[in-house]
Parts: sequence; structure tokens; C-alpha cells
Amino acid sequence: MKPFTYSRAASVEDAVAAASSGGRFIAGGTNLLDLMKLQIETPSHLIDVNHLELDRIERTPEGGLRIGAMVRNTALAAHPDVRRDYAVLSRALLAGASGQLRNKATTAGNLLQRTRCPYFYDTRMPCNKRKPGSGCGALKGGSRSLAIVGTSDACIAQHPSDMAVAMRVLDAAVDTVAADGTRRSIPIADFHLLPGDTPHIENQLKPGELITSVTLPNPLGGTHVYRKVRDRSSYAFALVSVAAVFDGQGGSRFAFGGIAPKPWRVAAADAAAAAGAGAVAQAALADARPTAQNAFKQQLVASTLTSLFRQKEARP
Amino acid sequence: MAPDHVTRRAVLQGGGAAMALPGVAGAETGAMLSPESNRGRDMSTVEFTVNGDRVQLQLDPRTTLLDALREHLQLTGTKKGCDHGQCGACTVLVEGQRINSCLTLAVMHEGDSVTTIEGLGTPKNLHPMQRAFVTHDGYQCGYCTPGQICSAVAVLGEIEAGIPSHATEDLEHVVLSDAELRERMSGNICRCAAYPNIIAAIREVAAGDEA
Repeated sequence: MKPFTYSRAASVEDAVAAASSGGRFIAGGTNLLDLMKLQIETPSHLIDVNHLELDRIERTPEGGLRIGAMVRNTALAAHPDVRRDYAVLSRALLAGASGQLRNKATTAGNLLQRTRCPYFYDTRMPCNKRKPGSGCGALKGGSRSLAIVGTSDACIAQHPSDMAVAMRVLDAAVDTVAADGTRRSIPIADFHLLPGDTPHIENQLKPGELITSVTLPNPLGGTHVYRKVRDRSSYAFALVSVAAVFDGQGGSRFAFGGIAPKPWRVAAADAAAAAGAGAVAQAALADARPTAQNAFKQQLVASTLTSLFRQKEARP
Repeated sequence: MAPDHVTRRAVLQGGGAAMALPGVAGAETGAMLSPESNRGRDMSTVEFTVNGDRVQLQLDPRTTLLDALREHLQLTGTKKGCDHGQCGACTVLVEGQRINSCLTLAVMHEGDSVTTIEGLGTPKNLHPMQRAFVTHDGYQCGYCTPGQICSAVAVLGEIEAGIPSHATEDLEHVVLSDAELRERMSGNICRCAAYPNIIAAIREVAAGDEA
């Protein structure tokens, strides 16, 4: 790791003030420290935000759920309200990482985790996300695990989160505070950015802006399902994952992981549910641009949806 | 044959140092921050409890909890495997929860209570999980074992607390099974593949807890 200085923020105001002079926030640290060891991330100052009392889960006056930014993945997955009202979120969280990592990883940190594209991780390789302008090693290289939709000629890295896929299907909002104290709420649909020509810019956050919570709208009811397909049955990133909510009134929602630079959701796919799994897959992947190595993911999305529809019919 | 005074630990340390020499910039990329490599740097002070003992350390802020335990407190029971949170050999309990000690900075644990394998039991007074690993031959080379045992102790606590896992069929109703244990232990890799015996050891302790 490159040398850095370290401070503990005592309040949100403290944290954003420290960040405005160039510091980086550290919460669980499970992704950031990994990347710092590889010198992919090289912050000169770390601001520890673990003591800001952002670790509560509470109902909103409207009937939704406000999840503090520092709530650990284990605590969120196990929370009684989440298990009962937002089961797709519990399921997605439990499908990710290991028990040790979920005990440390936070809600905000999970949203901000970086891609696991092997070219991003290997500092000897070109990567526009790690080193803008250096090129993309993956486009003509090993791309089996990478994105097939929402990509650009500059980057085909996939977003690795399971949690964010469930939050996308639930239409969560990301609540933040900026260095000047301004607060805003960003719909998760807009929070993550597609790579375009600037794959190193991954989300809407401005320098020094801090996530304080993630808010879920009122419970949807119905049947919640999360299906994850991966190379091992546990402790592996998704090749393809699907978060689905069948609301019981004929409405359906689908969000996809492992296939795009952000949690992937297409309105036309939600609308195609009555026509079956194949139609949903076709609508979700209408703009797909796979490589020869990851074209199999198109069929895998369709197969996973077929399996998920059967699961829903078996347990309505 | 190696002379008597050359221990396996010394050979391993020597080998590690030799591997670190060519082409890398010493402490800035080094995988380990020992008391020696800290000289002349900006230091941070941290105080926490390890296995019931209050300790205060002056550390380079880059020092992971794992390196603080092994290199500064000489608690070498906790192992460094991958140093990237992938293998679980460094698993310790912090405030009763299992975490990868390689992926957290020691300075982030001010006031925390840390339990390592040395704090679970001693050779003369083994923790039930340690005894069960011996009984069921839950290891071969033993390198991953301290992490496996710390993780296993926490897993039984998580099941007891009703925390669900990916293997849990009904999120509201957690039931102990081999499938649950395999899923929950997936963050601890065993290169010798002692997995079936590890599951047998954990099941024995779980059965004892119920009795």
C-alpha cells in the first residue's frame, strides 16, 4: 500500500469537511483495502466513517424502509422487516461474498464496489477504467465473465454487486450529503453510470459527497425471487443473476446482475412478463453487444428466467 | 538435513524476504508491515482488547489487523493465506463476529474486542471446536485450521441467532444442516480438502450445544 494518513470522523459534517480537502471515505474496507494493496486505489488520506451512527434501519413515515449507509450486509439480510417485506433483498445479499465479508461490508460500500474485471485488477494490462486512455484489454481478450449489454468500445466491465440488483428491482433511492451540506436523493436507476467514453466515472456522486442511507419504497408484496448462476455454488461472482418481484396483481419486475456495467433493468422486460421467460429475456437484452466469449450469457439469461418462472409457479 | 536450530518458521520468513527483494519497492508494496518497517513514518495509536488483554500499539496506519496480531503482538496462530479476503485463513472474531483480519486496518478497531485462535482455547484446555477438529481429523497441513475453527465457532452462533444464509429455504426459519454448514463455511478454503471432516467436527459441537 502507498502511505496514507488516517482520521476518524465524529459526525457527518466532520466527514464531508475532511473529504472536501481530498480524503477518501472508508467504511467496511473489504474492497477498498484490497485495491489499495494492489495500488489500484492510492488515497493519500482515509476518513473512517464507521462511527457516524449511520447503522440504523428504520421505517419511513410513508411506510418504506430507510437503511443506514453503514448497516452491514449480514445485519441487513437478517433484519425482520427485510426478510418479511423485501425478501428479494435478503436473498440477493445472502448470495454474495462470504459470511466474513458480509459481516464487514456496508450498504453504501456495496453500491460503490468496483468491477472484478481481470484487466482492471491486473496493473500490467491496459484498462480505461483504471487508467483512462490506456485502452481495453478485455474487448479482444478474456471476456467470459464480463458485460454483454450497456457496454461501450471503451469498457465492457460488469458491476459485481448482488445487493444493488435487488435494490434496482425495488426502486430504491440513494440519500447523500455533499461537502456544502446539501442533501439529495438519487433514484438507483440513475445512480450508476454507463461507461461511454468515461468508464472511470461510475456513479453520480460528486467529490466528497457521502451516502447517508438507502431508502426503499413501500413493500410491494407478492413473490420475491433472486436467482444467481455462477461457476461455484457459493462464494463466487455472478455470471448471470435475476432479481424478480411478482406483485400478485399481474405486475412483474426484473433486474439483472453480471451482464451490465450497472444493475440492469428495462421497462419493456417488465411489461413482457405475460408473454413468458423468452420474451422477458429478449426485451432485457435488446441492445446486447456480447463478445464471442460471453455470448453464452444471452442464453443463460433466458434459461435462468425460465427456471425462475417455474420456481414462482411452484411456490406462488 | 537442516541443522537443528533452523525452525520451519525461520525458513518460511527467510523465503518470504527473499521473494520480496527483486523489483519491488520495499515497504510501499510489501505484503507485511512489521515493527522494523514502521521506523520514521507517521504513526497512529490504537488501543483494543485481544483475548481479554488490553493492548496499545503505535502503528503505521497501513497495518492490517492481521499484521498487527502476527507481527506486533506475536499472535501467530492467525494465518496469512491470500491477504485479499479470498481464503479465510486470517479469520478472527471482532466483537463476536467473524471477519477477514487481512481486509481491515488495525487503527479502525479502537476499543474493539478481538478473539483469535489463541483466545478460544489452549493446548491444555482446548475449545470444544478445537477438540472436535482433532477428533474428526478436520485438517491435514493445518494452515487454514485456525481460520476454520474461528469461523466455525461464529457459524454456530449465527445459526443460533437465526441469521439466514443462501442455503436457508425459509428465511424465517433457520435449520442446522450439512448444506447450511457448507454454505456458511464457503469463505474458508482448505487446500487439503478436509471439508467432510470439518463438517463432521462442527456437527459434533452443534449436537453437544443442544444436549
